[in-house]
Amino acid sequence: MTTSTMTLSKAINAGLRRSMENDDTVILMGEDIGKLGGVYRITEGLQESFGPRRVMDTPLAESGILGTAIGLAYAGYRPVCEIQFDGFIYPAFDQIVSQVARMHSRTRGAVTVPLTIRVPFGGGIGSAEHHSDSPEAYFTHTSGLRVVSVSNPNDAYWVIQEAVASNDPVLFFEPKRRYHVKGEVELDEAELDEVRPPMGAAHVLVEGTDVTLVTYGGLVQVALDAARAASADGISIEVIDLRSLSPLDFETVTRSVQKTGRIVITHEAAESGGLGAEVAAGITERAFYFLQHAPVRVTGFDIPFPPAKLEKYHLPDLDRILDGVDRALDRRNSLSELG
Amino acid sequence: MSGLVQLISADGQRLPAPDVETWVADIDDERLLALYEDMVVVRRIDTEATALQRQGELALWPPLLGQEAAQIGSGRALRDDDFVFASYRENAVAYCRGISVTDLVRVWRGTTQSGWNPFTYNMATPQVIIGAQTLHATGYALGIQNRGTDAVAVAYFGDGATSEGDVNEAMVFAASYKAPVVFFCQNNQWAISEPVRLQSRTSIVDRALGFGIPGIQVDGNDVLAVMAVTRLALDRARRGEGPTFIEAVTYRMGPHTTADDPTRYREPAELAEWQVKDPITRLATYLRARGVLTDESSMAVDNTADQVAAELRAGCLGLADPEPLSLFEHVYAAPHSRLAEQRDRYLSYLQMFEPAGATR
Repeated sequence: MTTSTMTLSKAINAGLRRSMENDDTVILMGEDIGKLGGVYRITEGLQESFGPRRVMDTPLAESGILGTAIGLAYAGYRPVCEIQFDGFIYPAFDQIVSQVARMHSRTRGAVTVPLTIRVPFGGGIGSAEHHSDSPEAYFTHTSGLRVVSVSNPNDAYWVIQEAVASNDPVLFFEPKRRYHVKGEVELDEAELDEVRPPMGAAHVLVEGTDVTLVTYGGLVQVALDAARAASADGISIEVIDLRSLSPLDFETVTRSVQKTGRIVITHEAAESGGLGAEVAAGITERAFYFLQHAPVRVTGFDIPFPPAKLEKYHLPDLDRILDGVDRALDRRNSLSELG
Repeated sequence: MSGLVQLISADGQRLPAPDVETWVADIDDERLLALYEDMVVVRRIDTEATALQRQGELALWPPLLGQEAAQIGSGRALRDDDFVFASYRENAVAYCRGISVTDLVRVWRGTTQSGWNPFTYNMATPQVIIGAQTLHATGYALGIQNRGTDAVAVAYFGDGATSEGDVNEAMVFAASYKAPVVFFCQNNQWAISEPVRLQSRTSIVDRALGFGIPGIQVDGNDVLAVMAVTRLALDRARRGEGPTFIEAVTYRMGPHTTADDPTRYREPAELAEWQVKDPITRLATYLRARGVLTDESSMAVDNTADQVAAELRAGCLGLADPEPLSLFEHVYAAPHSRLAEQRDRYLSYLQMFEPAGATR
């Protein structure tokens, strides 16, 4: 075993470095990613190692970053674009949805767009407006894109490399609130085996028998905490980190629900049209006769992301997740007194 | 370079232009006649495609009538290893790249979203989102710059596109990185029903200066002048001097597309005014005066155009409808579990309609 303890942000940095060493067509593009190393220091030291042509500080224009990245892909490069904050991705929406996602299909496979779009996302860090969004569902709804999110350093290290190596465009959502959390990273590919996260596969983090709790990104640790707290009450929760949001790994989730008969999905993004809706519908189609209760969603509300002092009420936390678990188990819960 | 660059006037007179003469010193009578033939052929393609649309064989067609000189003059200035990122109206540029007339109409017949493989002709699929391709051209130019070759990326777009954020961002990126890209704007005066004065209160070419990009305004109906300034701009890019912006002043003599009716928004007098500046007529006048274009050579050109039109018609009518399961192809480069599932379900559905024992 060749393991190293590092933060999630350092793991992405190390993964990017390895991708750049392995393939000299990999180019990093973004605002403040060069000398500064990015506002979250994800690209720290990379411009020093690889030069300003491979780690490009770009003008402040997100559509410009994505559009020129497409041109670079046409020219045989493999760009990795950093969107500085989740809420800054919208100016690039047209280039992502109308161009990045469709170029391969439009040209009947002649053009590949092996882009990685890195997006620091989510709340929980007391940020200003436009710095706490969870825009993933816009992109899971768009055909031609792959969408992933990581929750721990080992996944971050390996999934970023898979995303960069992918010939399909990948949106890589990085949970800001987990950037500074440390964990073990297996650096030797040969040693990975089961631990290696193949892009597209969900990961059962804790096995359980009573309820399946599905999440991704910043809420994975909260879900793990909830499972530990519930076990004190004798409730056994199986926690699944989706990791891949498009495609969704329904095989893993279905197998779990066939065992537990109950499912709670939690995410920071708004409820309506979110990933929870897709997981709930997919599981209802696949495991209807195994379900002992309707799927339960515990999500951010259908509101614009609130000011920092209100975010703790908006974001699902341990208690709200456990309340959802109680609902799924028909135990006394917040809805018990409602008609 | 200030003022409108012109080498052949609207009434077919050769004008001196010391700034740009040298760039077309090699264009003798024979090569001018070839440019004349190109323009007649692409106008004939346009007429035939419009007829095919009227007959229900094409869903839509965006005519370039009036813009032949702007497109042929620039298209014939390019090298094979230059890369074109154009809008949907640049059918004459595509013709210059060697793209077949059948490939030109595939998209408009609705059998595919791209008529050709971009890498076969070094020309991207014509872009429908206004101005988006200017960024792709700039990014491609950055790739050229990295590799150190002297190829150039060329972005074609219209006056309407200059209002789009993407075009402005493309100019910022191109100027900052000194990218080898030529911004070729055909100011055809109209963006569907909106006149150019709604897009810009200054001359379109003047905008380039604000980005630190040299701009050239050229008579877009003068094929020789267009070729000269395009060569100049390409040469600047090849020598590492960065982007150039060309405004080719021209006129969209026809509708925006076959679905449009320009009589609703513009005066007949305006069209008449531009008909006098017709790009083909002026070159014909010039070449006739020099004795290069004769009744005989004119007929030969028309015959060639008719042959191309016949080829277009036959090619269009011969295009087969795609198979339903092709819906699922090339959405992703690698297998995608959810899409595979949908394909399998749809295949089973389709099989319900097949006679027992038949296999697909």
